[in-house]
Amino acid sequence: MLDIILSILIMLGGFFTLVGSLGLFKLPDFYMRLHGPTKASTLGVGAVLIASAVYFSTSTDEVSLHEVLVTLFLFITAPVSAHLMAKAALHIRVRQDKRTLNKSDQ
Amino acid sequence: MLEYAIIIAFVMVCAALLLSLYRLLAGPDIPDRILALDTLYINSIALLILLGIHLDSMLYYEAALLIALMGFMGTLALSKYLLRGDIME
Repeated sequence: MLDIILSILIMLGGFFTLVGSLGLFKLPDFYMRLHGPTKASTLGVGAVLIASAVYFSTSTDEVSLHEVLVTLFLFITAPVSAHLMAKAALHIRVRQDKRTLNKSDQ
Repeated sequence: MLEYAIIIAFVMVCAALLLSLYRLLAGPDIPDRILALDTLYINSIALLILLGIHLDSMLYYEAALLIALMGFMGTLALSKYLLRGDIME
């Protein structure tokens, strides 16, 4: 039973990490690309870290909460770094895709 | 069962690393490269944690924590440099 839960968590983590990077690879401009890694990849890494916490809590005697620390840190820092990157991109006026421009700007 | 899941996840995370490496090398603008670097370190954390489960060792967790801390600092510094032209004012 535990094996199945761990496998599902790990596969889910790998899948969401892949989806995040696929978004980074595929989407047309920077402001769209920002969505992939900052949301999907963080969720994927969080799932892998929780799987690791469950695995080490059950394979050894003591509860292992170190991984939760990394998860918490990532969940706090991902929005901050995304905000800063978006601000920097707006500051240096990164090119936008045509479909996301206002009518008046075109 | 767990072994197979870990191997499949390894393949997925390595593919994710390759995709973000492409964006790091090809990205048309500088913020794209910063974002790709951010994604690279987040993916490498996932890879390290998976390796820790695979080898049944707690050692790799500390490396993952260090990478998380230093990677965030790097992203912060690069974005701040683009925003202000200076990191420490």
